[in-house]
Amino acid sequence: MRFIQARWQSDEKVLEPTVFELSSGSFYSFPVEEELKKYAKIPNDLKREELNLPGLSEPEVARHFSRLAEMNYGVDSNSYWLGSCTMKYNPKLNERIAREKRMLMIHPYQPEETVQGALQIMYELSEMLSRITGLPHFTLQPAAGAHGELTGALIMRKRHEDENERRDEMIVPESAHGSNFASAAMAGFKVIRIPPDEDGCVDISALKAAVSERTAGMMITNPNTLGIFESRILEISDIIHGAGGLLYYDGANLNAIVGKVLLSKMGIDIAHLNLHKTFSTPHGSGGPGAGAVGVVDELKEYLPVPVVRKRGDGSYYLDFSLKKTIGRVRSFYGNFNVMIKAWAYLKALGSEGLQKVAEISVLNANYALFHVRKIEGIDVKYGKKRPCKHEFVVSLQGFKKYGVRALDFAKRLLDYGVHPPTIYFPHIVEEAFMMEPTESESLRDLDNYIEAMRKIAEEARENRELLLKAPHSTAIGRLDEARASRQPILSWRMYKKIMSQQGAESHE
Amino acid sequence: MHRRLLPNIDLIPEMLRRIGLSDISDLFSDIPKEIMLEEPPDIGKQLSELELEREFDKIASKNTIGICFAGGGCWFHYVPAIVDEIAGKQELYTSYTPYQAEVSQGALQAIFEYQSLMAELLNVDVVTASHYDWSTALAEAALMSARVTHRKKVMIPENIHPEREEVLKTYSAGAGLKVEKYSMDRETGEVDISSLKPDESTAMVYFESPNFFGIVERKAREIAEIAREKGALVVAGVDPLSLGIFRPPDADIVVGEGQHLGSYPSFGGPSLGIIGVKMDARLIRQLPGRIIGMTESFDGVRGYCMALQTREQHIRHEAATSNITTNESLMAVRAAVYLSLLGKSGIRSLCEKILANTNYMAERIEEIGLRPMFNGVRFREIPVDGNVDWVEVNRRLLKRGIIGGSPLRKLFPGRFDHLGNIALFSTTELHKKEDIDLLIESLKEVVK
Repeated sequence: MRFIQARWQSDEKVLEPTVFELSSGSFYSFPVEEELKKYAKIPNDLKREELNLPGLSEPEVARHFSRLAEMNYGVDSNSYWLGSCTMKYNPKLNERIAREKRMLMIHPYQPEETVQGALQIMYELSEMLSRITGLPHFTLQPAAGAHGELTGALIMRKRHEDENERRDEMIVPESAHGSNFASAAMAGFKVIRIPPDEDGCVDISALKAAVSERTAGMMITNPNTLGIFESRILEISDIIHGAGGLLYYDGANLNAIVGKVLLSKMGIDIAHLNLHKTFSTPHGSGGPGAGAVGVVDELKEYLPVPVVRKRGDGSYYLDFSLKKTIGRVRSFYGNFNVMIKAWAYLKALGSEGLQKVAEISVLNANYALFHVRKIEGIDVKYGKKRPCKHEFVVSLQGFKKYGVRALDFAKRLLDYGVHPPTIYFPHIVEEAFMMEPTESESLRDLDNYIEAMRKIAEEARENRELLLKAPHSTAIGRLDEARASRQPILSWRMYKKIMSQQGAESHE
Repeated sequence: MHRRLLPNIDLIPEMLRRIGLSDISDLFSDIPKEIMLEEPPDIGKQLSELELEREFDKIASKNTIGICFAGGGCWFHYVPAIVDEIAGKQELYTSYTPYQAEVSQGALQAIFEYQSLMAELLNVDVVTASHYDWSTALAEAALMSARVTHRKKVMIPENIHPEREEVLKTYSAGAGLKVEKYSMDRETGEVDISSLKPDESTAMVYFESPNFFGIVERKAREIAEIAREKGALVVAGVDPLSLGIFRPPDADIVVGEGQHLGSYPSFGGPSLGIIGVKMDARLIRQLPGRIIGMTESFDGVRGYCMALQTREQHIRHEAATSNITTNESLMAVRAAVYLSLLGKSGIRSLCEKILANTNYMAERIEEIGLRPMFNGVRFREIPVDGNVDWVEVNRRLLKRGIIGGSPLRKLFPGRFDHLGNIALFSTTELHKKEDIDLLIESLKEVVK
């Protein structure tokens, strides 16, 4: 398949101009009733004079942002194998019901009896997540996965404090998501890194050596970021618990084992689940997501407040009475609108569908791995003899001899109309390509992607310029990303200031 | 029904065969048996698309919507149709963080425009691509202040939104920050400047405008002077919408909420956390989360990509300025569409409408023997003191199709009792004069 992205170009230097350049007047207003006009007064010392906001008519707004959308690529466009991100299809019914007015136009402080439907969705979602993980208590408050990590790390911290233990070290495998390290640090922990063994899994002897009376816990991703299942998870759990620590599960990769493995049986004490990954809610160009956090019984009093509960009479309420709560991690109850979509997704799957999701996501990944690893120049570095789970990581080091890097390969994939994988992550694999097809990909999609990889590998050997200058068919050619950090222009205002400075200098 | 979502559901044997396997369990052979489930977890029977929609409708009917006057940091504003239309485009809502900039110019430019529009409103130079909500933006600002000043104490006023205070305290536990409060002026509803006494250990002095009670802070300049004298950073929490008409505060870091700029209250989430700073390298380097920057392609065309990523967790790990990864990008895009449509005159007229409603409503509330608290300048919210059972009042209002003011004693037991028995009302452009009149007439009857 080939692909030519829309390119709206206003002149040779600019694609779509900004709204500041397109500004054409004032069009929108909210009329004040005549009798109320006298009430709209403010003291002069508080009055704002200058305000540089552009104004566009509705048709101009529609065209501007529609053109921008056309210069963007979504999951409905084509394959989006961005490893670790689980870019599965977002079912459209979920979007439709989430736009229901009775769900959108409700206030978090409305009387409880007027939001029973909303509370029911939250309660049922928590219940389903409990069943899926084996962790009996959930909060839906965290707004994202990393926010869930922080919540979990703070729960660990408070738990140890309550036990009068000074445990200030968090163990994190070297291959973990960057956010794990950062979340642990934000919760005040010192991070202890564990290197991988030759299979890419946690090095057990290194782990044994790392634990001590200062170990607060460990954050583990399973399958890990190499897409490999940590088969010795029970040993890991024993080591951590034996040292008096708690085991935290990063749910970013749950898709591989959803409905197949209970987290509680793996010895997990606290877990976050990304509703925008495993549970199909859309990623919104980077958010909103949601990061539900589940805990074992012993930790239930530590969850953020409030949590949703059900009374004997079938009504629902918000419970603020958790005695040891870490407090709120954000205002109100979480990204409620996202929860509706995850709820609907699970209702559509039902018990029968859960395992199918895991099985097909793993099958699709293994099918892709089987073919991709045969391409000359592409190597598997870790877990060579094992099946991968929902994703896999290959190294493109073999193309270095042609002067081609993973970045070039990725950019060339764009010309074939597929979104590249996550690149250069995990760091333990050189020239990494982290590929996650998800269960949403048809066999034709899989074959198409594999074929693109094959062709590009050939191009790398025979016509590397095609890769080095890629992409050729996107809205814009390869960007100088380093410049954006070297000479940052982070707003239109900054751009104007820099332009006028440059203008002044050139007149001197 | 899950079949509709799984294109390969009937191809499993064929695909296994092609990769030399015979059974799907071969792919899970590396998972210890004792942790595998034989039966899937019981989450109920799968529903067809039609059944699911019906099931949802049944649940949705248990929510009641009314003419809503509930206040407290989540607001009902009109969402122009074009905002939903744009945010509903699959290219924008299904895509991920724009790691591949060349194929993601649309989202990148839209977020850059959000940053730029918000920077104008806040009168700062740099705004991040978004944070979770106001409360977490404040918490991040406190952490930033501590890093910049190498100090540990943060000061917040009594009239802060209580949930923001709680979130700040949650985050402070991890970073070892000490949260100290200063008082409010019970006459005006603004801060009590005489109680603000930062010292050499103070990293940040925070204030809100309009604050939790909807009072615009007139002493912003004095607060800033007192804070800076001790070398503390000034952090202002603002409602960006109010800055269509009110002078933006002079602060080192500005935080706020943008949920109401083109998005729905939605039971309190998703929201849009805002963090902005002036052109000050030491602050910019400490900003949390993604920022979109303008650059050029190698053939000289203006383009956009993520900038200053070395601050972020995926590169810097535990030394990152924050752990934030997924943010609230689509909310930012919605705000960009909204602000472009309204423009300067639209947002001004919106502010005037809100102002008119607020002052009119306060006057009418007084007429019926309840007490709109404080004599400061109001915007959108009105705290009302009265010797009534606000929960019961709300129950009766509900029968008339009205969602009443937020009862603070019930929502935040003990927190504001010393100020009175308060319900926090809120009014926006969604209320016509007759809606306010209806509220007043109804209140008059039910508090009798």
